[in-house]
Amino acid sequence: MHVSTYLGLLRHAEGALADAFDQIGQGHGDEPDVVQLCELLAGKSRAHVEQLQAAVDRYGEDADNEPERLKAAEFGGARSGGVGLLRDLQDLYALGSFVDVTWTVIAQAAQGLRDPDLLQTASACQAETSQQLTWLNTRIKQAAPQALIVAP
Amino acid sequence: MAEDEVDRWVQSACVLCSNGCACDIAVKDGRMVGVRGRAGDRINHGRLGPKGLYASWQWSDQDRLTRPLVRQNGTLVEASWDAAMDRIVAESKRRQPLQHGFYTSGQLFLEEYYTLAVIGKAGLGTPHMDGNTRLCTATAAASLKETFGSDGQPGSYNDIEACDALFLFGHNMAATQTVLWSRVLDRIEGADTPAVVAVDPRMTAVAETAVRTGGVHLRPLPGTNQALMNGLIHELIAHDWIDRAWVDEHTLGYDDLAQTVEPYTPVKVAEICEVPAPDLRRAAEIFGTSERVLSTVLQGFYQSHQATAASCQVNNLHLLRGMIGKPGCGVLQMNGQPTAENTRECGADGDLPGFRNWANPDHIDELAQLWNVDRQVIPHWAPPTHAMQLWRYVEQGSIDFLWISATNPAVSLPALGRIREILGKQELFLVVQDGFFTETAAYADVVLPAALWGEKQGTFTNASRTVHLSEQAVAPPGEARSDLEIFLDYAERMDFRDRDGHRLIGWKTPEGAFDAWKECSRGRPCDYSGLTYDALRGESGIPWPCTADQPEGTDRLYADAVFPTDPAVCEDFGHDLTTGGSTTPEKYKAQQPGGKAFLKAADFRPPPETTSAEFPLIGTTGRSPYHFHTRTKTGRSPRLRRAEPRMWVELSEQDAAELQVAAGETVVVESARGRVEAECRVGTLRPGVLFLPFHFGYWDNADGPPTAANEVTITEWDPVSKQPLFKVAAVRVRKVKR
Repeated sequence: MHVSTYLGLLRHAEGALADAFDQIGQGHGDEPDVVQLCELLAGKSRAHVEQLQAAVDRYGEDADNEPERLKAAEFGGARSGGVGLLRDLQDLYALGSFVDVTWTVIAQAAQGLRDPDLLQTASACQAETSQQLTWLNTRIKQAAPQALIVAP
Repeated sequence: MAEDEVDRWVQSACVLCSNGCACDIAVKDGRMVGVRGRAGDRINHGRLGPKGLYASWQWSDQDRLTRPLVRQNGTLVEASWDAAMDRIVAESKRRQPLQHGFYTSGQLFLEEYYTLAVIGKAGLGTPHMDGNTRLCTATAAASLKETFGSDGQPGSYNDIEACDALFLFGHNMAATQTVLWSRVLDRIEGADTPAVVAVDPRMTAVAETAVRTGGVHLRPLPGTNQALMNGLIHELIAHDWIDRAWVDEHTLGYDDLAQTVEPYTPVKVAEICEVPAPDLRRAAEIFGTSERVLSTVLQGFYQSHQATAASCQVNNLHLLRGMIGKPGCGVLQMNGQPTAENTRECGADGDLPGFRNWANPDHIDELAQLWNVDRQVIPHWAPPTHAMQLWRYVEQGSIDFLWISATNPAVSLPALGRIREILGKQELFLVVQDGFFTETAAYADVVLPAALWGEKQGTFTNASRTVHLSEQAVAPPGEARSDLEIFLDYAERMDFRDRDGHRLIGWKTPEGAFDAWKECSRGRPCDYSGLTYDALRGESGIPWPCTADQPEGTDRLYADAVFPTDPAVCEDFGHDLTTGGSTTPEKYKAQQPGGKAFLKAADFRPPPETTSAEFPLIGTTGRSPYHFHTRTKTGRSPRLRRAEPRMWVELSEQDAAELQVAAGETVVVESARGRVEAECRVGTLRPGVLFLPFHFGYWDNADGPPTAANEVTITEWDPVSKQPLFKVAAVRVRKVKR
């Protein structure tokens, strides 16, 4: 059974996403909305790590280094300027999408396992992942034309 | 001057708050000499407030701008209109559309906003256009869009006479709309007094009235409105004071709302808001058991934390009881400035004209067809740039052409130290168009002298959708021109053309602009198609929608409980109230809203700035009944100047005692952003909170200590409406020893 592998993967990915939100929020202090929302959304991912604990207690958790590899590959600290903000948000979006589809995998497994608690957790958390992605998408759409066409 | 000495009376309405009181201007020897209320008007019934009476015309011959000014070798010097406009056009033509920003007002006329909107959206094609309305009325629009699918004031002022309970949420009506408050006082002092509930951290005249008449005054800690509102809804649901059948038939989202508010028991809310639980229960009971409740909402909600979420909860209270669209049952999401409604309708706040939806391709095509331009010219690829983001782009340099009309950001925007730095940037080409040489004009490269009220013709719409015509009474001073003439001149010099090579803007007069706007609004919720200047010359102003079938207009919206949420109709697909993330068209359509209203929910979150050992108090800003905006007009009225001559700071009795400050002594208020020095008043606030009026800038106080409230405010905004948070700045106070 590989549920434990995926629980490990998801916990690490959520933790990496939380760290990335924090890092990017702190790195863009002149964009107050980014600071506020990154702080809020980092908290959601951090809570998801906790919410997975019950499932980990049931199925175990295998350490997996792939999320760290993602993190190492994509987050070398916040960038600056209009294009820098855009790229940072895009990196968050990529990692958030990874988390999103990993929740889908876990939710599928929960159905096969007939585990209503895990299914409930997956459904509630994935709704918040969707909230994260929706905000990122909105902010990216707003920032893109200005950053690409006229930013100094 | 006696009434019979007047040469003529000219019809108008007051532009010194969002009430829009109908009046006549007295003209003698080509000058404005007086004003009187129009008794037959539906809004003011003949009354005028202190600002209307004493500052509507009294500034007219004092230090006006009368010639264009152009900066040469660092100094502003007088120039001809040709020289000034040529300079603007040359700077404009060498830039891309996205380098242009327009920051306008809540004080121009409809015809001017619509012309500006067409210039921006179909001429240049820039999404960077917003008004000072972002600071005063953006949340009214946002909350109406989120709940009902489109902007548009649901209620009517006539609900004041018909209600049996009146809730004022963060609305010090006695200071912000004195004439409307007179209408309320008629009810209070008459038979059958309605129950009044006031939500305000200050003991305002409104709050005193609530207490005196046996109502409730709730004094939440600034920044906790959302918790308070969730608590009221919690009580409504817990006591089953809801019309479940109506809710099921006409709304979406009940289960989510009920689940969200479930933890907000009176005890929990009392803890968060520092409001006594019995007061909260009593307020909920009044809402839950009265037969006709009218609610009004203003800056205490709009300029505070979680602005849109909290304002949506007011809408929710009404929806839960099915109290909308009926006499006495209404919501008035109020406006701050007199013509803010038109900024929103016409799209000068960045939205698309006629409450059209930027994410709906059919709406874009309607505009492209109306203007006969390529749809790709019209900026619709993302939400319009809100003011705070616009200023950020100027700060970063990606917008370096900024045109400010009829507003004074050097005093009105938050965190003024930052704003002064932005305005002073070398690379920025700044145009300022105003009637007076404002604090902002001092930074301009070109200053354009504008005609003011009484010196030009046009229409505007008050907070309850009532349209008035304001006729020209006198000629503008010197070479000053109306804002409409200035915008038209720019459009002509830029040679904006439509797809067939014809002039993009075909009108030359206010009435021509009004007719063009009527076509733009036709079939939309703000339908003006049945209005004419002649109709507006009648006894009273007329509320939209006004069509050929309904020439008398519409007193209140949603009498049929059908809301403009149909995906083909709605102005917006909505947002997540917590993050501001946009709902996609697909997700919106999947909810099958088809005429139902949305019960939108959100958890309370702590405000972005809270008190600390270093800054232990919360500073909140607001108005005096005697001044408007940054006093460019009211500060030049001798009587209003006497009534409120200078800046002050209001402290609670407890805080004043602790600081050993007496009324009349000078204090310094400091935040992490800046400081203000002013005379102290003591009394009416909840402990821990101090109040700063926002009117007092520097045009008549250049060498004095800092007095603008926005020296201390923060650069933060609501995630949905993008309205800045003026009501929650952590500050400290100390006495100045003389």
